[in-house]
Amino acid sequence: MELSLLFEKSVLILILTAITLGIATYLTYGERKVAAFLQDRLGPNRAGIYGIFQPLADAGKMFFKEELIPRNAEKWLFIMGPGLAMVTACITSAVIPWGTDLVLFGRNISLQVADVDIGILYIMGIVSVGVYGIMIGGWASNNKYSLYGAIRASSQMISYELSMGLALIAIIMMSGSLSLREIVDQQSGWHGMKWNILFQPLGFILFFTCALAETNRAPFDLPECETELIGGYHTEYSSMKLGFYLFAEYINMFVSSAVMSIVYLGGYNFPFMDAAWFSTHPNWLGAISVAVMFAKVSFFIFLFMWIRWTLPRFRYDQLMHLGWKSLIPLALINMLLTGLGMLLWGK
Amino acid sequence: MSTSAGYIPILLQILVAVGFVVLALFLSSKLGPSRKTVQKDENFECGIESQGNARYPISVKYFLTAILFVLFDVEVIFFYPYAVNFKDMGMEGFIAVVTFVAIFLAGFIYVWRKGAFEWDK
Repeated sequence: MELSLLFEKSVLILILTAITLGIATYLTYGERKVAAFLQDRLGPNRAGIYGIFQPLADAGKMFFKEELIPRNAEKWLFIMGPGLAMVTACITSAVIPWGTDLVLFGRNISLQVADVDIGILYIMGIVSVGVYGIMIGGWASNNKYSLYGAIRASSQMISYELSMGLALIAIIMMSGSLSLREIVDQQSGWHGMKWNILFQPLGFILFFTCALAETNRAPFDLPECETELIGGYHTEYSSMKLGFYLFAEYINMFVSSAVMSIVYLGGYNFPFMDAAWFSTHPNWLGAISVAVMFAKVSFFIFLFMWIRWTLPRFRYDQLMHLGWKSLIPLALINMLLTGLGMLLWGK
Repeated sequence: MSTSAGYIPILLQILVAVGFVVLALFLSSKLGPSRKTVQKDENFECGIESQGNARYPISVKYFLTAILFVLFDVEVIFFYPYAVNFKDMGMEGFIAVVTFVAIFLAGFIYVWRKGAFEWDK
């Protein structure tokens, strides 16, 4: 790999990591503002105008709080848990294409850290490693509530991973590729409106439900169900280690919104992106495509928050029944119908 | 980019993420105060004194879920190579996969009828 390309990728990675962390910080603010909006309150409005410095103050406070490690906890695993959760959350975004290529300094710059052939499998793999962060943290705390939260989290995440995988298979049958770049480019037909959601409405609903469960968001936030488990798997955590668990959840939300935008909503494709003017102005195309991508991601994030402040929490048996008895059969049917449809109408 | 060099940026990103996490954890442990007391280092269990070890046997349902996940996830993984090559295989491949789904469903219905998914009993 040549040096200039390596440099370009390093810059991209640093920018991406900074944006991811910034977005995660500001999503906590967004969450509180959305909650306030839905409940007809003001929300945070003291730190700066409209309270926009609130997340910075929160993050600063996290750094200066005392770090507590319970006496009978496994010390190293206790520290490793939140670290692992944060690392896995930060590296999922590596295979996501954020926009069309830019042309800077006479070079074609791809807005994707790594265009690997197995993009989707990479994301599924890293998401499953994310379970360990929660499981290790909950187990190492040596607290019954933490352990229950951790076990609930892992068993919920593995259950919904099955239907998530099955819902994705229908998409892969249509695209014939596991590369996310390829999947986005194939949705650019019909003047940039040939989005997969038009062919896969059921698959989209299944995937969205599973994404809620995978990120431990309400109504599937059983692992940190405060009415039963105090704080769930992070009961014993304080300071930045608690912060990492919370940030990891928001980063996961951001990344899964990005994946959903790419797989179902056409990623950075927007109407009339094939206009002749854009082929001579690649940087404008790149800038607009990134803006469109982020607009779609923001829409999904708002949807996540809207659902959290609207629906009550499931009971654990309802959660498992939904995952195993409804979503898996539906995903299988969806897969077979897709296959049949493609054979009959030859999409 | 199908060569293994395409994975170098991913390694770089992992390095950046690990570096950030280690640095932040180290900094926050140095910056915060440290006033440890015997009471404070106890486990928090609703303010009640904790009883025994937390790691005692729990409901077998969770174990069963894990086993079923391993079983079915392997079968789901088998679908991936099929799905990638679906367009080339046509009707013949579809019939083959319907057979496979039928076997998958036979096992699925068996564990369902056996009550493996009954969480409220």
